[in-house]
Amino acid sequence: MNRRNHQIATQGVDYLVIWLYAILVTIGILCIFMVEYRPGTDWFTSFLNGKTNYSKQLIFAGVCAIAATFILLTDSKLFTAFANLFYLAGILLMLATFVIGKNINGSKSWIPLAGGFNLQPAELCKIFAALALAKFLSRQEVDFSKIRSQLIAGAITLSPAVLSILQHELGLALVYTSFLIAMYREGLPAQILIIGSSFGVLVIATLILEPNILAIILTAIAAFVIFLLRKQIKKKKKLLTIIITIWLICVGVQRFVVPYIFNNVLECYQSTRIYSMVGKEYNCAENRKAQDKTNTNKPVRKPDDYNVRQSKIAIGSGGFFGRGFLKGTQTRGKYVPEQHTDFIFTSLGEAFGFVGCFIFLLIYLLLLYRIVRIAERQRSTFSRVYAYSVVSILFFHIAVNVSMTIGLFPIVGIPLPLISYGGSSLLTFTALIFILLRLDADRQMVLR
Amino acid sequence: MPVFNQSRSRVIQFIFAGVFIAITGQLINLQLFSSKYKLAADNNAFYRKVIYPDRGIVFDRKKRGILENTISYDLVVIPSEARGTDTATLCRLLNIDTAVYKKRMRDLIFKNTSVKPSVFEALLTPEMFAKLNENMYRFPGFSLNERSVRTYPYNVGAAILGYMAEVDTGFLRRHRDDGYEMGDYFGSTGLESTYEKVLMGQRGIKRFIRDNKGRLQGSWENGAYDTAAVAGNNLYSSIDVELQQLGEKLMENKVGSIVAIDPKTGGILCMVSAPTYNPNYLTGNQRKKHLVEMLYFDPRLPLLNRTLGTFYSPGSTFKTMVGIIGMNEGVIDDQFTVSCGGAYYGCGRPMGCHAKGTFTLKPAISKSCNSYFAATYRRILENPKYPNRDSALNSFNQYAYSFGLGRRLGVDLPSEKMGNIPTPKYYHGIFGKNWQSCNIISNSIGQGEIATSLTQLANVMAIIANKGWYYTPHLIDSIEGGDQFGLLDKFRVKHKTKEIPEYIWEEVHEGMQGTMEFGTGFYAKVPGINVCGKTGTVENAYRGEKLKDHAFFGAFAPRENPRIAIAVMCENAGYGATSAAPIASLLIEKYLKDSVSGNDRKAKIEQLANMNLIPPQMKRQMVKRDSLRQAQQLAAAKKAARDTSGVEEAPEETDTDSSVTPNKPQPAKKGTKKDTANKVALLPEEQRKNNTKRKTAA
Repeated sequence: MNRRNHQIATQGVDYLVIWLYAILVTIGILCIFMVEYRPGTDWFTSFLNGKTNYSKQLIFAGVCAIAATFILLTDSKLFTAFANLFYLAGILLMLATFVIGKNINGSKSWIPLAGGFNLQPAELCKIFAALALAKFLSRQEVDFSKIRSQLIAGAITLSPAVLSILQHELGLALVYTSFLIAMYREGLPAQILIIGSSFGVLVIATLILEPNILAIILTAIAAFVIFLLRKQIKKKKKLLTIIITIWLICVGVQRFVVPYIFNNVLECYQSTRIYSMVGKEYNCAENRKAQDKTNTNKPVRKPDDYNVRQSKIAIGSGGFFGRGFLKGTQTRGKYVPEQHTDFIFTSLGEAFGFVGCFIFLLIYLLLLYRIVRIAERQRSTFSRVYAYSVVSILFFHIAVNVSMTIGLFPIVGIPLPLISYGGSSLLTFTALIFILLRLDADRQMVLR
Repeated sequence: MPVFNQSRSRVIQFIFAGVFIAITGQLINLQLFSSKYKLAADNNAFYRKVIYPDRGIVFDRKKRGILENTISYDLVVIPSEARGTDTATLCRLLNIDTAVYKKRMRDLIFKNTSVKPSVFEALLTPEMFAKLNENMYRFPGFSLNERSVRTYPYNVGAAILGYMAEVDTGFLRRHRDDGYEMGDYFGSTGLESTYEKVLMGQRGIKRFIRDNKGRLQGSWENGAYDTAAVAGNNLYSSIDVELQQLGEKLMENKVGSIVAIDPKTGGILCMVSAPTYNPNYLTGNQRKKHLVEMLYFDPRLPLLNRTLGTFYSPGSTFKTMVGIIGMNEGVIDDQFTVSCGGAYYGCGRPMGCHAKGTFTLKPAISKSCNSYFAATYRRILENPKYPNRDSALNSFNQYAYSFGLGRRLGVDLPSEKMGNIPTPKYYHGIFGKNWQSCNIISNSIGQGEIATSLTQLANVMAIIANKGWYYTPHLIDSIEGGDQFGLLDKFRVKHKTKEIPEYIWEEVHEGMQGTMEFGTGFYAKVPGINVCGKTGTVENAYRGEKLKDHAFFGAFAPRENPRIAIAVMCENAGYGATSAAPIASLLIEKYLKDSVSGNDRKAKIEQLANMNLIPPQMKRQMVKRDSLRQAQQLAAAKKAARDTSGVEEAPEETDTDSSVTPNKPQPAKKGTKKDTANKVALLPEEQRKNNTKRKTAA
């Protein structure tokens, strides 16, 4: 590092990340252009007139460039100093949506701004939560191996998630679970992750298999484990009780907990989406919320997997090399709903095929690995935790969004970072990444 | 603390890589190994529009188009855009009422969604088109689409040119590889059917991109993969359309047929099946109605091609052949004479005869002496050359086959009948092994079991004219752009009869010329032309009831250099010389001299055209049908007043007997009659209902 130019803002900034960022934003605008393009229109003027979505995204990108410059010009101490304040402001904004919120697409999570633009505080709260978590974990007195600290960290990340669920933004709420990765890096016991993923496997198994068959399989596994560990069990009677307890919990989960969650906790359409993932049909008549609704509101719409089907068709029709830029028939025919936002990956898959998708995903992977490397070279815990939070959020968005378009994950409305149309989303990711770059540029400083 | 968790960085990186690989795996699965998505995408997005080429035109021998194409218009509607339409005006112009309009709209939306164009009224009449075209601005969402339909400018030749029909599932199954689709039309009868492959041309395909609501977004890749439609090839036929017109005119009010052949080429000059109909009836939007009308309700069976779709005993016209065969077999010669005292007594039961006297072959032909040919036929069958009658009859049949009888000639029209030349085996079944020549003596004068189609008879005349050879009679001489499918090859093969010496032909020609000069065909003389002809009068009965004789006439002219061979047949017209023969004579004159000259000849045309020879049994059925229909129409009108939505499918019209066979014409069933009677009986009640309805509506 060149100490003489220390005060220059661009000093020590990781240019690779900036390049990747720029490439991705450009790809994003082109993808939106592909979706919106109609032959015969003068694309150049419509790019500038601000009426089409790609033109708006271009404006957002310009705004984000300015915001990024500002972030790079600030002092990194600002973020450590104001982390908690930001967080508090974010929570307040989210609470404010319940009062002055604007209803867009069925979720009252937007605050109207001047000029027809709307702000989604839940998006911004990702940054503030990341900062707050970093701030908390970097405190000298915090020992993350203690249960109490873990609970506080959990509370910091889960409060915005709970508010998001109340706003009917399940997708955004799920994003906050990605902080588990950052916390895992900071010493969260691996057991929690293992138990969590085992629970996930069990839920999926419950969906796929008949209840009785699954019960028999679980019993067989338990018996097999007892058979394998019979010698140890002879020594330690306690082990047997542990195994039987686990078996009982498993059977209980598959018999009662999972049906309860699907019928009573989740909305009908959410259950339907999850069931359709594994190729099954969910009977909405069993859903309590749907029953409540049918009494008051209009009848439940017939469940279908139109989105996933069309999305898979669009991507699958791309083949190896794709149909070519602006030549995607599914894109032009508007077969995929919400293609400029959540299903933007389909336009890419159709136009550029497997090769395009693979290269595109490699760019993402490169960005993720680069951020992990940046994280690992930080001296301050604050910067490292923040960097891991950023990479976790990015990873979660990418993985869930792409998986849902190719039918590996149920549909939840979360955007593809830097690609999907949307000012709030783009601004959030810009801020996340450039705050990280600012912190990284100042990695020689010891931050709190 | 941070240091000792550093290994977890690796774990996180592994998780990233793992998810990345899982996604890549699914992408490989979707994009590289599942062809169904590509197919589904194409099904989604491509709209394949078939571009129909113009069908080929059929020309007559002087290059006049007798089957052409014309533009007709469909009224097309996109229901979702038709909100502001002036419904009342539209209904008035289309002669429908609002209820029908609403019902059709509902049906269209149900069948074809409300955003896609559907045909509201197909094939508008020119007047309707003109009226609508002026007012189109009042009907948003409606448009007029042109399409090519068949037209017959001369209004003649229905039976030979044929008509088009919509493909059905059976047709699609039989022509699976020919690229037909539901809703296409194909040549169903006549030349349209025989030369379908040539006429249909090559259909083009345009690919459009359509959006998620089925709206077209423009062509795919600017039409780079589109194929252009190639128009069908034109056909040049041997038909003389003026001759055809005259023939159809002469056959008005008669049941029967005419076939005229150019003996030199085998080309058919005119082919009339009466009663005929205006072929344009089966093109417009009234097509179905007219078809049902003719198919099920006309006892005269106008759709039956009587020139080759039915067969008759050829009557005395067959005597020429008996004479030729007898001479060639050596059982008679030009000196052989038979005396006839009014009947032939050789077989016990007397066989009546028209002429008395003593005959050699020539006058026997001219005067159509039954006794002479009965005696000849017996001599043929009892020819000592052959060991028994079976082989003698076989030998006779070989002659008949070589004259194109008892077999399909191979005319280029569908559903040709074989006729019948009875075999010895057939007679074994009836008379036992030892049948006698007297058992089948009726054959000698063309009655009995012998049956020929009129085309075969005309072909026999051509053979006699040519003195022993013929080309298969055909309608199409050449195909524009070459005969790619080899359809015309069989018409280039010269068929020869058994070797028959020149003097025998001369003898028969002489006899046939005598027919016209002093014999039975005297009334059919053509001034200035040596015509050779032969009349025929065939006894027949329908359901045991003895009917008037069928009149036959076969001829060729001029004798020296035959250019036309013709056969005419009028069902139940009585003596052949009064109807069939003059018709043939007029046609011969028309063809050879290009016009009919002389006032008396012209008057003859009108006289013949006005001569009503519809067989009485058909007349009875027609009267019955007409009175039935009157009752039905009355009932339907009442019903229509009650329920406007059912105008088109008034059930009384459709549920009649559909199994009417061509040979046994039957009018409407008894059940229908009863049905109608009930309706009529209910009338006052209906009226009352209507009145109350009107009141409530008001």
